[in-house]
Parts: sequence; structure tokens; C-alpha cells
Amino acid sequence: MNVQTSPEVQERAIAPSVDRASVQTASQDDWTLVIEPKRSLLDLNLAEVWRYRDLLYMFVRRDFVALYKQTILGPLWYLIQPLMQTVVFTLIFSKIAKIGTDDVPPILFYLAGITMWTYFSECLTKISDTFIANQAIFGKVYFPRAIVPLSLVVSGLIKFSIQFLLLMFVTVFFVVFRGVSIQINSYALLLPVLILIMAMLGLGFGMMIASMTSKYRDLKFLLTFGVQLWMYATPIVYPMSMIGGGKWKYLIWLNPLSSVIETFKLGFLGEGSFSWMHLGYSAGFAVVLFFLSLIVFNKTERNFMDTV
Amino acid sequence: MSTALQIEDVSKMYRLGTVGTGTLSHDLNRWWAMIRGKEDPALKIGQINDRTRRNPETENANPGSRKSDPNYVWALRDINLEVKEGELLGIIGRNGAGKSTLLKLLSRVTAPTTGQIKAKGRIASLLEVGTGFHPELTGRENVYLNGAIMGMTRPEITSRLDEIVDFSGCSKYIDTPVKRYSSGMTVRLGFAVAAHLESEILIVDEVLAVGDFDFQKRCIAKMREISAGAGRTVLFVSHNLSSIRNLCDKALLLVQGGIARLGGVEEVLSAYSTPNANQGLNVDDEGKNGFRFTKLWMEDETGTQLGRKVILGQNCRLFFEYECLSDTIQNIGFQISILDPFGTRLAQFSSDDFGLKFPPQARGRVCFALDKFPFAAGSVQINMNAFIDRTWWHCVGNAASLEIETGDFYGTNVIQKNSQAGPVLVDHEWISA
Repeated sequence: MNVQTSPEVQERAIAPSVDRASVQTASQDDWTLVIEPKRSLLDLNLAEVWRYRDLLYMFVRRDFVALYKQTILGPLWYLIQPLMQTVVFTLIFSKIAKIGTDDVPPILFYLAGITMWTYFSECLTKISDTFIANQAIFGKVYFPRAIVPLSLVVSGLIKFSIQFLLLMFVTVFFVVFRGVSIQINSYALLLPVLILIMAMLGLGFGMMIASMTSKYRDLKFLLTFGVQLWMYATPIVYPMSMIGGGKWKYLIWLNPLSSVIETFKLGFLGEGSFSWMHLGYSAGFAVVLFFLSLIVFNKTERNFMDTV
Repeated sequence: MSTALQIEDVSKMYRLGTVGTGTLSHDLNRWWAMIRGKEDPALKIGQINDRTRRNPETENANPGSRKSDPNYVWALRDINLEVKEGELLGIIGRNGAGKSTLLKLLSRVTAPTTGQIKAKGRIASLLEVGTGFHPELTGRENVYLNGAIMGMTRPEITSRLDEIVDFSGCSKYIDTPVKRYSSGMTVRLGFAVAAHLESEILIVDEVLAVGDFDFQKRCIAKMREISAGAGRTVLFVSHNLSSIRNLCDKALLLVQGGIARLGGVEEVLSAYSTPNANQGLNVDDEGKNGFRFTKLWMEDETGTQLGRKVILGQNCRLFFEYECLSDTIQNIGFQISILDPFGTRLAQFSSDDFGLKFPPQARGRVCFALDKFPFAAGSVQINMNAFIDRTWWHCVGNAASLEIETGDFYGTNVIQKNSQAGPVLVDHEWISA
């Protein structure tokens, strides 16, 4: 073994440089792929992600098609889940705990919150499991690993769209049959921005946790109940107007999801709050987190197979 | 022909044992060294990869050597390799020699610890057939999924779908979920997708083992076509030496994470099938219950030593010596088995058949005369057995290996080549009657 004697070590140190010189004269040209132990932190390889966009589509399709195979109700489950949850929330928080929902019917209020929150929390939990859940594929073939989290965000979006339609149906039902007055207003136009912020937050937190749990899995345990607790730190089951003032309000606005949810509720239910500052904070938070997580994720994907 | 793939000083280190609190301190240590810009401490202490040994530290204690940590091993060490365009390179080696690690590095599943790999064109790896197949999806959907995972675009797959389905021979089942497929069908479909990839470099790892004989032949033909027709490079790992021989022009032998031999396929295969470092004809026998073989050599009929090389049709004498110090042992008999490189027994010769018994001696010598050496297997191994009172007593496997050269076996001025006409030649005559 040549680590033991120093002359050989020196030889090895010299050899590569000689090699490289000869290689460069021969064909420094057209290496299309260079695999190295480390690559620069900012080399995010986004071009490659784009080249694999068809794979993203296939993953989304697979998730969608495969999920409800051999079920009778099929995609109806997309609707049953939030409805059941809404019923439970209405019973517990509205009927028993008597938490107000401003002037919005509780069912609508909770359904709106749940629709938004489910999108974020499912993105987060699924993405944070990327490396562990996909190690069988990752161990056998290379593709930009970021495709998997991205595909989860997109399949989540499909589910969100269906649930969003449900929310619209229920809203129309309340307006037409119950005579509730709901003022969908111009803030609703911000929906794409809200979704983008949520997706980036889900991706950001998810990819961070995925990278951090690929070797030491402690964080995974924190995540399972952490997401539940997080929901209570977000104005889902209560309106922001209920939080009086002072430090609690301050704390909840620190949560980057709060302004997203509040803006959504303001736009589609007519009750909520909006300020460019809060939304700007969330957007900035999301962008910074997203790029940070991309860097960490990229660094992890190179070697995680050895330690996962 | 230009280089398609260049590997420079590539090494890969693995950490043994489980990940837990114990590894945290190691990680912090390495991280701290990295922060200070020092060399990774683990890189200095790795050991060569020898899975069979429990703790190499105690066995090859080497005074003065830097202390090595048995928890880190080099799965690959300083690999330098150049593969030309259109080349079919077979990679062989025992379990744990680093074959799969090399393929993993090439297919970018994991990154090398040191060194650089450069390639021209796309690398498609087939470390497993049907990677990412989803059991609930139909064959057709899985072709798209698998193709996309391998880096194909949808239009590319669509344009080759018919070819792929044809090649797999699953056209009847293509709209049935893959979970209803037999394992052979799954493999065939997976290979079909990979074989139609438009990558410049294809890496195949032992995947042909599952298909039936007919399909294996088709796979090999397809790989030949890929390399010859399209000028693409194929790296093929297998334990099945005959498929390597059928397919590849060049071969690479890995031993304990390093390149032991690189060259023509026959040369490397024979180096691989030659038993461990037994280059001479010396038996290395510790013996059993007072009996052991001490020496083994070959002569031709004139008494000239032959070394390890025998010519087909040559008259040869295999001499061996034994030592038997026990008085209780009587009536020793010997048996010599001849095996081809794959371990198939070609012939077995027993002194019992001649009614011969040998006495216990401090230095007994026996001559086994074999006229017209008939084994045309490229190389053969010799196993030596000793019998006491017709019961099996002691065996030395791979006591020697012989390299067989082509020769005029029948004395007809026709040179008989190895393996051309089966592994054993039998003297006979043709008479027009």
C-alpha cells in the first residue's frame, strides 16, 4: 500500500500534473462531462435540471396516476381529505373552543386555511424525505436530484388546484344557498404569487431538511410533530384579528407563511389582512431560503449515497 | 480513435460501520480540518479493501507505517484508465474488488474522494435494469418513465417506442401493469430501454443474469451492435467470464481496489482465473495430520523442465513430492483433477485405478505421465488429492495452473487452437472405408 512510504506519495503528487499537461495538448477540447470530488458551491447546474424537464413531467404523472390506482373513489380522495378535516376543525375549534372566524362561515374559513396549509405541509414533508425515500433509484442512476423535490411541488400543485376548485364550489354554495356575502376582491389576483412563495418555502425547508437528514436522521422526528405545531403558529384555525397586539402578533408575523395565508383569506373570503411589508418579508425569506437550500442540496447530492 | 473516457487518479474511500453518535466526532474532526484548510485526516489512514479479513491491522503489522484506521477503507485506489471511443471494455474482479464502486463513480451516483473523471458525451448506466419502474404503471408508461430517468426526452422515447417494445418481446403485455410481469419480462423491458438510449457511453453491470439464454444472446448482440455500428463505448461488468469473452475486446482486472491487469480479453481472463499468485508450480501446502505435498513440477519426456506452459499434444510428466511422517498412515493413493478456468472438471486421474499404493516416506516422489496433453481450455487448474486406504484424506485445490499453448495435437500439421473444438481433444483416426 503506497500511503506508507513517503517517496511513493511524492511520486503520486507529481504524476497528475504531468498527466494533465499531456492530456490538455491531446484533447483539452471536448470533455462534455468532468466528474470531480468537489464542485464549487454556486455551481447549481440549473441547465441540467432544465434538460431533464421531461423527467419532472414523468414523475408528476407517475405520482398522480399511481396514487389512487386500485381505489374505487380515486381522485375523489383529494376532496374527501380536506372536507373531513374541515368538519373536524369546525367541530373542535368553532363549536367547542368557540374560536371566532371573523364574519366568515367557519366551514369556509377552515377549508380555505386547510387548502393552503396542506399544500405547504405536504410539500415540506414529502421533500424532506427525498433522499431516504428515493435511495433505490438514486443509488442506481444519475439525474439532477433536484428534479424530485421539484416534481413533488408540481404534483402538490395539481392537488392544490383540485382542492382550490372545491373551495370555490363551497364558496358559491354558501353565497347562493345561504345568502352569505363573500367579497372576492382584487387581492385574489395575488394568488400566483402566494403559491410561488409557498412552493419556494416548501422546497427550501424541505430540501434543507432532506440534506440534513441524509446522514443523521434526528431532524426527521422533529419534523413530524414540528409541522403540526407550525400550523398553530400560522393563522389557519384562527384569524389574525384575534391576536391582540404585542409580542405574539409580532412572533406570528415572523412566520413567513402568516402573510401568505392572511392575504389568501383576504382575497377569497374578504376577511384577513394585507401589507406589502409582510408579504415582501415572506417573499424575501422564501427566495433566500430557496437558494440556500439549493446550495446545500447540491452539495449533499454528490455523496449522500455513501452515508444515507 | 479518440478517447471517450479518461479516469485520472481516482480513489474512493468508504467508512465502515454504522452511522450514529460515534461517527459524529469523526465528522466534526474532518470538518474542523477542512475549515483550517488541512488535508482530510481520514484520507491518510484508509486501508486497502480486503473484505475477507476481519482486522488487517493485526495481520500485516508493518512497523514504522503510519497508523491506519480499519474503519476507513479505500474501495478504489489511484485508478488511471483511458477508454477509447467504440471500445468494449469488460471489467472483472472478485467480489469487493471495486467494480461496482467504479461504475457508481462513472454513473455519478456518488462522487470520487480524489481524482477526476472526464468523458465525452452522455453516460448512461445500467447498474440495474428497470430503475424506477413503478409496479402500478403499465409497461408503456414505465418505458417513458425509465427512459426519462436515463436522460431521454419524450420525443426521443416516442420515436423509438416500437423498437424498444419489439426488442423486449413484451408487445402483448405493454398495456398491463408491470407488477403482473414475470421477472424476466421486467428485465427485458428495462434492458430494451437502456439499449436504445442515445448515449455515447453505456455502462452495464451484470444485468444479463436474469434473462433466458436466448435473451442474453440478443443483449450481447445488441451491445456489439451499439459499439461497432454506432461507435459507442461500452463498459461491461460481469462475473460471467464467457459473456465477457464473447463481448469484449479489452478487459480490466481489478484486485482490491486497484488495476491489476489491463489488456486483451484472453490475457486478462487467464490472469483472473489463475489462482491466487500461484505463478509457479509450487504447492503451498500446510498439510494435514502429518501428510503434505511439498513440491510439484512439470517435465517433458526428455526431462526438461516445462514451467507452466504446455503445448497441446505434448508428452508431459507431472512430478510431485510428498512428505509423510506418520507411521500410522499406510497405503497412500493419489488423485489428480484437471479443471478449466471456470472450475468445471475436465478429467480426474486416480492411482487407485492402477492398483498402486505408495508408502509413507519423508520424501516420496511420484511421476504422473500424460502423453499427448489433451486439454484445450486455454488454461487449466490442477487439484491434488491424497487418499489413505481409499478414503479421502487431504486436498490441495488450485495446486497449480497451466497455460496451454496451441499445438499440433493429432500430428497432422494442423494447429489445434484452444477451446475451438471443445475443452478436451481425443486421439482418433479417419479412414476412408
